[in-house]
Amino acid sequence: MRRFTDRLKETPSQTAGPYVHIGTTPGFIGIGGVYPADHGAVMVNESARGERITITGSIFDGAGAPLRDALLEIWQADANGLFNSRSERRGTADPGFSGWGRQPVDLETGIYRFETIKPGRVPYPDGRLQAPHVMFWIVARGINIGLHTRMYFGDEEAANAEDPVLARIEHKMRLPTLVAAADVSTYTFDIHLQGEKETVFFDI
Amino acid sequence: MRNAPTETGPFWPRDLDWHPKALTPGYKTSVLRSPQKALLSLPNTLGEINGPLFGHNMIGEFDNDLLINFARPGETAIGERIIVHGYILDEHAKPVSNTLLEVWQPNAGGRYRHVKDGYAAAIDPNFGGFGRTLTDDDGYFAFRTIKPGPYPWPNNQNDWRPSHIHFSVFGPGFAQRLISQLYFEGDPHIALCPIVNTIKDPQAIDQLTAKLDMDNTIPMDARAYRFDIVLRGRRSTLFENRMEGN
Ligand SMILES: [Fe+2]
Repeated sequence: MRRFTDRLKETPSQTAGPYVHIGTTPGFIGIGGVYPADHGAVMVNESARGERITITGSIFDGAGAPLRDALLEIWQADANGLFNSRSERRGTADPGFSGWGRQPVDLETGIYRFETIKPGRVPYPDGRLQAPHVMFWIVARGINIGLHTRMYFGDEEAANAEDPVLARIEHKMRLPTLVAAADVSTYTFDIHLQGEKETVFFDI
Repeated sequence: MRNAPTETGPFWPRDLDWHPKALTPGYKTSVLRSPQKALLSLPNTLGEINGPLFGHNMIGEFDNDLLINFARPGETAIGERIIVHGYILDEHAKPVSNTLLEVWQPNAGGRYRHVKDGYAAAIDPNFGGFGRTLTDDDGYFAFRTIKPGPYPWPNNQNDWRPSHIHFSVFGPGFAQRLISQLYFEGDPHIALCPIVNTIKDPQAIDQLTAKLDMDNTIPMDARAYRFDIVLRGRRSTLFENRMEGN
C-alpha cells in the first residue's frame, strides 16, 4: 500500500497578471490565426438539454471599482446533475453540454457573461442533494491564487434553504453574496473581493 | 488494495502556507483585490473532484511551437531558442496524463502582444507569445519558444519582472486548477521581484525555477530547460466514507 507521508509539494501559485488573455482567450484581444476559437467560449450546442440561461455580472475590488482584467471560469453539472468529466461514474453526461466555460470581463466595462444551462442537483458526499449551483474560479492581476466560489440561483429558494454547503456558512448575512438575482432566464452574479458585501470564497 | 479508483477520490487540502497569501502589500495591486475574510473550507463534492474533459482533437500541430505558430511561413520568432519540457505529476508523483497546459509570455524584448501593453520594446511580427499542449500518458510535455525578456512594471518606482512564462494547468479535478509562472535558473531579478516574493518559502520559489538541461539541449539549435509541475493529489479512500455493512 502506498504511503502518503512523502508527498511532493504542489507547485505554488502566482498571479495570472494583466495579460492572461494572450494565453487563454487570444481571440478576445484580436489575436487570430493560431487557435480556431477561444477555448471555453461556447458551452452549449443546439442539442443540449435543459433551460438556456445567461449569467452576468462584475467583479469589484475593495474600492468598489470593477476589475477590467479578470478571467472567470465556471464548471457545473448538466441538466440532470451529471458532470461531463472522465471521472463521472454515475452515468453519461449530456454530450451537447461541456459544463466548463471561460470568459474574460470586458476590458472597458468589466462585465462578464456566460451562456449556459441551468444545472441539475448534485449529491453532497453524505447523499443529501445540493441546490443547483455553478462553481466559479477567478484569476486576475493582484490575485495571487485563484479564488473559488459558487453561484446559487435566486429562484431556487426551497433548494437553497436545504443546501448543505450554504448551511455551513455561519454568518447568515453573508448568504446573499452567493445567490444570483433572477430575471426570467438571466442571473446577475456580482463578486465583491472585499468590503461589507465580500463574497464567500472557498478553500476546496 | 484500494476500494475506489484514484480518479474519484477527494484531494488533499492545499498547503496555503506554501502558496502566496492573498494580501501581499509588496505587490500593491493585491491590497484592494485580496479577500479579507477567512476562506470557508469545504469537503470536496463531486464538482471539485471532477473536471472538464479536453480531447487531443482540440490541439493543432504547432500549438506547442511558439517559434513558428504565429510566424510568417519560413520565418521564426526573434530571440534565444529554447525548449521547455518536463512532467506534470500529482503530489504522489503519479503522472497527470492528457491534461491541458497553456502558456503565454512576452517576446525577447519583454513586450507582450496585448492591447494594454505599451512598453517601449518592439513587437516581434513573428511572435504571438502563446501555446498549448496536452501531456502524454507519462504526464510529459514539451514546448519550443524563445526566452522571454524582463520588463518593467508599475509597482515601486523601478520594478522589473524576471524572465518568466505564465502557465495554466487543469488536472482531472476542478480543485486542481492552477495558474502560475515559470522562472529561469540564475536570473538575478528573481530575488528582487515583488510578485515572486509573494511566496515566502525559498524552496517554493525554487520549484518555479526551470533548470538548464544540457542533456536535452539540441546541439547547434536550442537549449533545453527542465520544469516539472505538481498538482494536488487525491487522498486514499481506503477506509474513508465507507458505510457500515458495505
Ligand atoms: Fe508577465
